Amino acid sequence: MDIQPGKPQLLSGNEAVAYGALVAGARFFAGYPITPSTEIAEIMAVEQPKVGGKFIQMEDEIASLGAVIGASLAGAKSFTATSGPGFSLMQEHIGFAAMAEVPCVVVNVMRGGPSTGLPTKTSQADIMQAKYGSHGDYPSIALMPNSVLECFTLTIKAFNLAEKFRLPVTLLSDEVIGHMREKVVLPAPETLEIIDRVAPTVPPDWYQHYPATSTGIAPMASFGTGYRFHVTGLTHDPYGFPTERPDEIEALLQKLKNKEIHNPKDLTMVEEYMLKDAEICILAVGSVARSARQAVKMLRRYNIRAGLLRPQIVWPFPKIPVEEMLEQVQFVLIPEMNVGQVRKEVERLAKDPRHNIRGLNVMNSCMITAEQIVERVLAMELKSKGARKGGRVHV
Amino acid sequence: MSEIANGNSSAVLPAAPESPVKLAPEEPPPPASAPGQALRFMDRRPGVYSWLRVKKKFPHMWCPGCGLGAVLGAFTRALIQQDYSKDEVVVVSGIGCTGRIPVYLDCNTLHTTHGRALTFATGIKLVKPHLKVIVFMGDGDALAIGGNHFIHACRRNLGVTAIVVNNSIYGMTGGQVSPTTPSGKRGTTAPMGNIEQPFDTCALAIGAGASFVARATVYHYNLMEKLMCQAMSHDGFALLEIVSNCQTFYGRLNKAGTHIDMLKQMRDCAVTYSPALDVAKAAREGKDIVIGVLKQEHERKEYCALYEEEVVRPSQGSQVIGH
Repeated sequence: MDIQPGKPQLLSGNEAVAYGALVAGARFFAGYPITPSTEIAEIMAVEQPKVGGKFIQMEDEIASLGAVIGASLAGAKSFTATSGPGFSLMQEHIGFAAMAEVPCVVVNVMRGGPSTGLPTKTSQADIMQAKYGSHGDYPSIALMPNSVLECFTLTIKAFNLAEKFRLPVTLLSDEVIGHMREKVVLPAPETLEIIDRVAPTVPPDWYQHYPATSTGIAPMASFGTGYRFHVTGLTHDPYGFPTERPDEIEALLQKLKNKEIHNPKDLTMVEEYMLKDAEICILAVGSVARSARQAVKMLRRYNIRAGLLRPQIVWPFPKIPVEEMLEQVQFVLIPEMNVGQVRKEVERLAKDPRHNIRGLNVMNSCMITAEQIVERVLAMELKSKGARKGGRVHV
Repeated sequence: MSEIANGNSSAVLPAAPESPVKLAPEEPPPPASAPGQALRFMDRRPGVYSWLRVKKKFPHMWCPGCGLGAVLGAFTRALIQQDYSKDEVVVVSGIGCTGRIPVYLDCNTLHTTHGRALTFATGIKLVKPHLKVIVFMGDGDALAIGGNHFIHACRRNLGVTAIVVNNSIYGMTGGQVSPTTPSGKRGTTAPMGNIEQPFDTCALAIGAGASFVARATVYHYNLMEKLMCQAMSHDGFALLEIVSNCQTFYGRLNKAGTHIDMLKQMRDCAVTYSPALDVAKAAREGKDIVIGVLKQEHERKEYCALYEEEVVRPSQGSQVIGH
């Protein structure tokens, strides 16, 4: 595989993720083969040794994320790639990484579920799992690319967020994005912002691995650098030692939560398309947003003022942009390839009963088309016009 | 400026001096969980105390008479004998009574999830091969929930030392049967006696391809210390099983007596391994704990060295994507 930044070329999403990880500085990959994410592991097996990194194929996904966390504690930017069943197995260590504040990136190339489901077909049904998959209250960050270019840029963003917030970050790609080849011009690596881990500057005796800060962001030492610290999945005090004191437990869990809620600037990333004057908003994430964008163009041709709102960071959910959008539009249509996981989040934010939120849920493993979305919007539009006139409308 | 000057420090630290980096703290402030000033003198004493987080974490949480105290003592002495620096040693553990060992040691320590300690150790060792990575696991930790990780770590021959402290029971959760509980012995989840066949940890490790396999008991303290040194200096995956006692649960449920009685039984049942030993005959005579070095392969290459040789070197000079 040859990638040349700055030149138009044909790439798949998984290739772009792998290249993005290398540009972001990932120097450790541990994984387990699973369709449709395996290409990422295969590319890493070839490329990591060339750049001084390490690749290992572990015995399962639990072990993969365990090795990734160990590598990250030893100072390497690390990641793994998997799909639904493997993502389920990894939940144990996602919780550990959140609790022990270990930066790492998990790429989940979503496929149809539940269970073994549809290995070679697409889905968006792991969105809630990316938020609530592990037990306990922990902060989650998840990004959803909608193109090969974004597979590249959002992978780098995922590493930046992981290193900055010392959290596991999930990149929710899906089978369509992962395996689709499209023309892409990748930006030159020098033009991209790469965030590296901040090493502590205090003397080792003063070092706290988990200091109490209002934003939850703090420097992090690695094993073998002279800072001897303890890392545990138990509730711990600022030094990392297990604690059962209620005040320390409260402070720890509050600090974890603060990472999500006290950093809205870093953790809000949405794309708006023709939303300024829109009366109808199509809110879509990931690959479905491609169809949604096309649908907006088609609807504009019918003189229907439609717009697109696309959260690129889905967790934490972009509260402010969605609330602003809800104030502005008459209808919201949320097409997604699941039973309505994003729709429920939007409904939670819609305080006013006049908000008209509808879903277009396709679970047959087929990509939602622009025509399906247009059809649905036209039906909603007609219905509302009919309702306004007081007449009956057949839809 | 440092994080202290930026106001990110916790209330535990004293008021920030003008240049915290220059003023090396002779007297570091006590952590929030310090039990008091009384133990402060101890970390100035030479020997094992220099390896312990005396001020922070003691007294330890194990039952009086537990074999883990001896294991920790032997381990610190082995570390001193090996002359490792505290910064190059990483101690990783899983969950359970044995999983609490790292928190007492003043080095790089990691307390992981149940059964997965070896996977974390794999990541650490691969990224920093010069570090000495030692993994402590209990029998339930290593062989039940972590059985898969255990056999694959044996197979890979990564230069990690795994110490499995086998007390034949789940102690921390209150005496349930484990994969090494002998047939017929009781646990709270096998009130009529265990109807399953137990694992032989060392045989399993040999079968899975570990390049160093040894066994000791907490009764044979000097041997345990010696084998720890040997295991840590072995270049490749080293497994050391330490037969330990849990008088609180195993002893009580199986009427095995106090910890003294259990140690005496270890003494009586142990037989030193030699190639000429007839293991079956010894077992018939009641000598069923074979101690000593059971296997050592010197020829096999360690994983990191092999990766460097077979993977990194051939890919040097070839084009990196995007360049």
